[in-house]
This record gives sequence, C-alpha cells and structure tokens, in this order.
Amino acid sequence: MSRKTTTAAALACLTLVLALAACGGGGGFDEGATNGPTQPPASGPVTIKFMITSGGPADVKLQQDTVKAWETKTGNKVEVIAASDMNQQLTQGFAAGSPPDLFFTDANVFPTYAKAGNMLPYGDQLDMKSDFYEGLVKTFTYDGKFYCAPKDFSTLALIINMDLWTKAGLQVGDAPKTWAQLETVAQKLTSNGVKGLVIGDTRDRVGAFMKQAGGWIVSSDQTKMTADTPTNLAGLKEVQKLLASGSTSFPKGVDSGWGGEAIGKGKAAMTIEGNWIKGAIKNDYPNLKWQAVELPSGPAAKGTLSFTQCYGVASASKNQAAAIDLVKYLSTPEPAMALATGLGVMPSIKSAAAAYKGAFPNDAAFLAGAEYAQGPVTVAGMDPVLKDFDAQLLGLPGADPKAMLARLLKSVVAVLELALAHPPWGGGAAPLPAAPPLLPQLL
Amino acid sequence: MRRRDSARAGEARSGWLFVSPVVIVLGLFLVAPIVIAFWVSVSDWNGRGSPLSSSVNFVGGQNYQQLLTEDTLTRSDFATSLRNNFYYVLLVVPIQTVLALALALLLNQRRLKGLSFFRTAYYFPSVTSSVAIASVFLFLFAGGGSVNALLAIFGIDGPQWFADPRGVLHMALGAVGIGSGAQGPGPEFMTSHDFLGLTWWDWVAGPSVAMLTIIALVIWVSAGGYMLLFLAGLQNISSDVYEAASIDGATHWRTMRSITVPLLRPTLFTVLTLGLIGTWQVFDQVYVMSKGNPGKTTLTPAFLSYDQSINNGEWGTGTAMSFVLFGIIIAFTAVQSRILRDKDADGRGFLGRVRGVQLATQQSSTSTTGPTT
Repeated sequence: MSRKTTTAAALACLTLVLALAACGGGGGFDEGATNGPTQPPASGPVTIKFMITSGGPADVKLQQDTVKAWETKTGNKVEVIAASDMNQQLTQGFAAGSPPDLFFTDANVFPTYAKAGNMLPYGDQLDMKSDFYEGLVKTFTYDGKFYCAPKDFSTLALIINMDLWTKAGLQVGDAPKTWAQLETVAQKLTSNGVKGLVIGDTRDRVGAFMKQAGGWIVSSDQTKMTADTPTNLAGLKEVQKLLASGSTSFPKGVDSGWGGEAIGKGKAAMTIEGNWIKGAIKNDYPNLKWQAVELPSGPAAKGTLSFTQCYGVASASKNQAAAIDLVKYLSTPEPAMALATGLGVMPSIKSAAAAYKGAFPNDAAFLAGAEYAQGPVTVAGMDPVLKDFDAQLLGLPGADPKAMLARLLKSVVAVLELALAHPPWGGGAAPLPAAPPLLPQLL
Repeated sequence: MRRRDSARAGEARSGWLFVSPVVIVLGLFLVAPIVIAFWVSVSDWNGRGSPLSSSVNFVGGQNYQQLLTEDTLTRSDFATSLRNNFYYVLLVVPIQTVLALALALLLNQRRLKGLSFFRTAYYFPSVTSSVAIASVFLFLFAGGGSVNALLAIFGIDGPQWFADPRGVLHMALGAVGIGSGAQGPGPEFMTSHDFLGLTWWDWVAGPSVAMLTIIALVIWVSAGGYMLLFLAGLQNISSDVYEAASIDGATHWRTMRSITVPLLRPTLFTVLTLGLIGTWQVFDQVYVMSKGNPGKTTLTPAFLSYDQSINNGEWGTGTAMSFVLFGIIIAFTAVQSRILRDKDADGRGFLGRVRGVQLATQQSSTSTTGPTT
C-alpha cells in the first residue's frame, strides 16, 4: 500500500517536473529592457510578425499593401496578423516569450506593458522623433523613456445628420458653439423616435464635457488627481441636464451599440464621435448626409479628447532591428498618408499634415480639435479605475455626479498609494515614475 | 514468497504503465496549471516570461491580503462580482434543477408520442455552442428585439435588457418604501456600513435586469442537460415499486413525493453539485454578452479574474481571486452535501451509493475549479 502511494507520488512529481521544465524552458526573457535591441540582429531576411487590430479584411489588406514597398526594399517579409482579442493574444505572447515582433498598442494599455518591461523603448532611435507631434511623443513616454512611435491619432467632434438638421429648420450656421446652444439645438432636433443628441456612456465622450468646463481627471502632469474639482462636477452636471431634458440619451437608450450606429440609423440627429466614424458611415450607412463640426465650448474653453495608438516592439522579439526599420518606414509621409487615408485617422507626423489637410478638407473639425485636445490618462494601473468611472457614468441620469467623482478620486488615490506601498521595482517606498504630461499642443 | 512479491511488483509496474498516459495528460493539463496558478497567486509575476524564472519572487499572502483587506477598487470589484454571482447561483441552481426534473418526469411517461424528438429538442441547447446561443439571445433581448416586440403586444413597455443595471431587489425594496429605488440612494443605516468595500445597500441590490437575461439563458441551456441525468435516474427506478404503491392506493402526488424523489436523491445530488460548481464559474456568457456591463452588474469572479490578469496585468491578485472562488465553491459544495446527507441519516438502502457519488463529485469539483484564469 505504502509502496503504491510512493510510486504514485513519484510519478506525479515526475509529471510535474516535466511540465515545469517545459514551462521554464523558454529562456531569454531575463534581460532587462535597454535602449537598444536586446537580441543580436538576425542575419539575412527575416519574417516580421505584425499584429494589428482591424475592423475587417480591408484593414488587413491595407496594412499589407503599405508594407510591400519595404518588403521589396529590404528583402524581409511581413506577416500581418489581425488580432481577435489583442490584449489576450499579446499577454499570452509575453508570457510565452514569443510575442509578435511588432504590434499596435493603445495608449490605454501602453503603461501596463511598459511597466512590465514587455516593450522595447526604441523611440529615441528614430530619426523622425522631432517630426511626431509633441503631445503624442509625451503620451508614449513612460519613466522618462520614449517607448514607441505613435501610429496616428483621432479627436472627437460633433457629428450632425444633415437631413434631420434641415428638417428641423436649422441652417448650416446654427451649429452649437456653447452648451446653451447645444441644449436648444438638441431639443429642437428631438422628435418622436429621434433623440437630438446621442453620446457614448464612457469617460471617452462624457469626459469632453469635463474638459470643456476646465477640468480633467488628473492634473496636466498626471501626478495629481483632480477628479473632485467643481469644474469636473460642472461637466457632469451638464451631461445630466441634457439627459434629464429628454433631448439626449446614451446609445443603448436608442437601441444602438454606439453613437455612429444611432446617427446612421436615423435615431440620433447628433452624436459625438471621432475620425473613425467616417469609415463606419461609408461602409454601413452610405446614404447618410453628415457633417462634422467642432464640439461646443463649455464655461472654460473649447475641449475635446484625442485617442492614439503606437507601434509597439516587443522586448522579447528576435527581429527588433528589422521591426524598428519597418516602423521608420511607416513613419514617413507616404505610407503614413496611405494608412491614414484608409483608416480615416490623422497621421502622427507633422510633415504629413499639409497633405492630409489638402486631401480631407471636410475633416477640418477633427484637425482643429487637435489644437486643444486632451490626451488619454497614461498612468499604470489606472485602466480599471477609469472603467469603474465608466460604470458609474451609466447611472448619470439619476445618480449624484458628486458621489461619482468622490468615488473616482478614492480609487485613483488608492492606485497611487498602492504603487508606493508595493513598488514593482522592489525595495521600499520609491518615487512614482515620472508621468508624461498630457497633450498640450498637438498642432 | 519472493516469487509472489516480484510477480506482484510486475503487475504493479504494468498497471502503472497502462495508466501512465492518463496520469501524464492529467498532470500536464490539470495538476501543473493549478500548481502554477497557485504559485502565481503568491508571487510577484507580472506576465512577462515564465512565472518560474529566477526573476519572479515569492511574496507570501500579499496578493490575497491586497485583494481581501485593502480598501481598493480591486476589492470592491471582487465583492461586486461575488454579489452578482451569488444572486446568479441563487436563481439558476434551484430553477434549472426543478425544470430539469419536471421535463424528465414528462418525458418518462411511456404513453408519450415522439419521445425521442422531445428528448433531442430539450437536450439540443446543451450541445450547441454557448457562444452561438449567447449571440442569439443578444438579438432576442435587444431593446427593439423579439422579446420586447412580444411584450408590446400585451401593452408592456419592455426594458433595455442588456443596458439595464438596475437591481431588481432595489426596485422591489423601493416599491415598499425602503430606499428610493434602483437609481437613488439607499436608506442611511445600510449605506453607512460596508463589507469588503461594498455597502450593505449595494449587497442587497439583487440581480440586475441584464443579469436576469443571462440567468434565463443559462437555465434554458442547462436544464436539458440535467434532464438527461434525471431521465437516466428515473429509468433506473424499478416499476415494481410503483406497482406496489398503486396497489397501496397511493395518489399520483404521493407516489412522486414518497417514491420518485427519494429514489432520485443520488441523481439530485449530482445535479445540484454540478450546478453549483458550474454556476460559480460562469464565464463564457459574460465574456460574449456583457463583459461585466452594464454598471458591473454582470461581473463574475471568473470573468474578473480573467480581466484582472489579462487586461490589467495584475496576475497576482487575478489568480488569488480564482483561488478564493475555489474556496467558496468547496464551502458551498460541502454545505450542500451535508444538507442532503442529514436527510439520509435514517439509513436507507442507497446511503452508500449517495456517499460514493458524493466523493466522486467532490473530487471533480477540486479538479474543475483551478484553471479559471
């Protein structure tokens, strides 16, 4: 009996050891991230694995087409992989030590990856560093290092369904410039089955009102939390007022997934969305007559939000040199314009701005917003806090905005305290990593 | 003597040889992931490289302490997910069990025509991909979907099912004058106390309208599967017992109460145990349908653990959540087995069988809980 047990135990241990050995056998991820390629450059042509988030096969083809010239020039191959769940696939790759060489990284998750050492900070190697918009470079700077080249960016604007607009007796020049005008116009546009304004129920839309009131979640250098200021409260109260008046609703209230769908289906006369709405309307609602105007200004100033992604290079990649070379190529005007045109977003390099303005005169509102846009919060560990804020915003029609901001502040403070109590770099209390200032001036 | 020993040793060796494929597969895909997940929950692994590499440090219970004692968003999220899942279990397990039993009793009637058709029809949801079913439900329960269209015929203005974060208990309490409904603040004595970062008032929110649709879906899907178990159990009951009962002049209801249900107890035990384990681990419906929205009211520990690990890169607390969940499942199963066992204390013939099933299911509960991340 006891011998049997021993054998069983021995066998179980053997299995376990085998399994653990298999897991531990990857090797090569213990090197710290440095400012240069950590892996020796592979000789001869290599195949770059390039993981992208895509809205469909068209995006994949666009990306493949843009890298063709680079492939011919260098002899390398690029394998474009469309991620079905970017975060999950990257996370698995990081853990296994075999992430894609190059991947799109959203500004929201960038600090998480950078903090864990999954990304190679290659930004300073780029000769076009000064060509990127200052604010975008700062967004992708973590702990004093410029990590990755910004791919492109978008801003929010007020999208108007022109058919409903004229039907309500409004002129082109009647676009709302202030909150009061927005309230009036939204009320005018509201009729049976149509809401005057439909806005997404997250901080990525509602936050624009906080910005217009002169507030934001964090201070401009992202070191202080400014969640519970009267300015933020004023922003939320304005949204609450709009919702309460019946002229405005969240997308789900008109049975839509997002603002673009609401306006496309004719259930909303106005919505607040970014550049991506262009492609969506073209594909799904080609007959919609629409126009983008700048968001109205609040009591403080004009305010909008900007969104951006970068080309992340994995610190565990074996083809870093080639991947960086590809990024350099993609950050030149011609491919950047081709991508921006195809995806409907704005190129991240200043040298492509003139070409973009010329090609898309109707995008004036988005481009104008770039001048005063607020970038995303890029503090590690903030993502769940902001998601929690989103969950709170859902209750805006009835709930108390003051309590929401108090809760936001509490969570944010906890994140900062936790970062101090359990610093990821070990040891005692250490200063917080230098947080990048937000986008002050984009254009 | 010696020869017999070596012969037995040879037997044991070949025995192990025969079972080794299973042992290795189970070890590799079941034991090792659980052990590694547990290691991650007591380490500072950040998702980069192997969790077993030299740069990963042992941090003891710090992740558990952080999850359960520190006043952070993680803790209140975890409490919210436990609350949601508790109401989910509370509704799904009893309803699906009763429904499955009722269906099995219906289909066990010998005079019923088209028996195999009905069996297939009821079992069909269980063998269909849960993702496909979840997608169909998304359409059915859309604000302008079929369900609301049906309700409109009766003059009822249906809610925005998946967008409705209102807790039904909050609504009910509001209707009887406690608190001010789902949107307003709760009564002072309940909002001023909290447990795990969630006020008492938030604990009694009840399932949200969005959660109710997921509950309806899961009951619809799983009842058919458990029906098969009950059907097998019913067909095991000898017809002699029923004949004896009818000779004694037992009514239909009396036969059901005194013969069918007691004789089905082993099956009932299996169904309840599997139901408890399955419902505490609900993940795919949440992942497909709601991702925890609206207002975190469909957040469940399994999904939160995934989100915390994969999306937030907080592997320590993420895996710690799955082990806390594991403890909860063990506790619930133990309580449930105790309740069912006590009823058998008068020593009926199948007591041994019940115990056997119990052991088997407890083992399966320990093996299915681990790799939730």
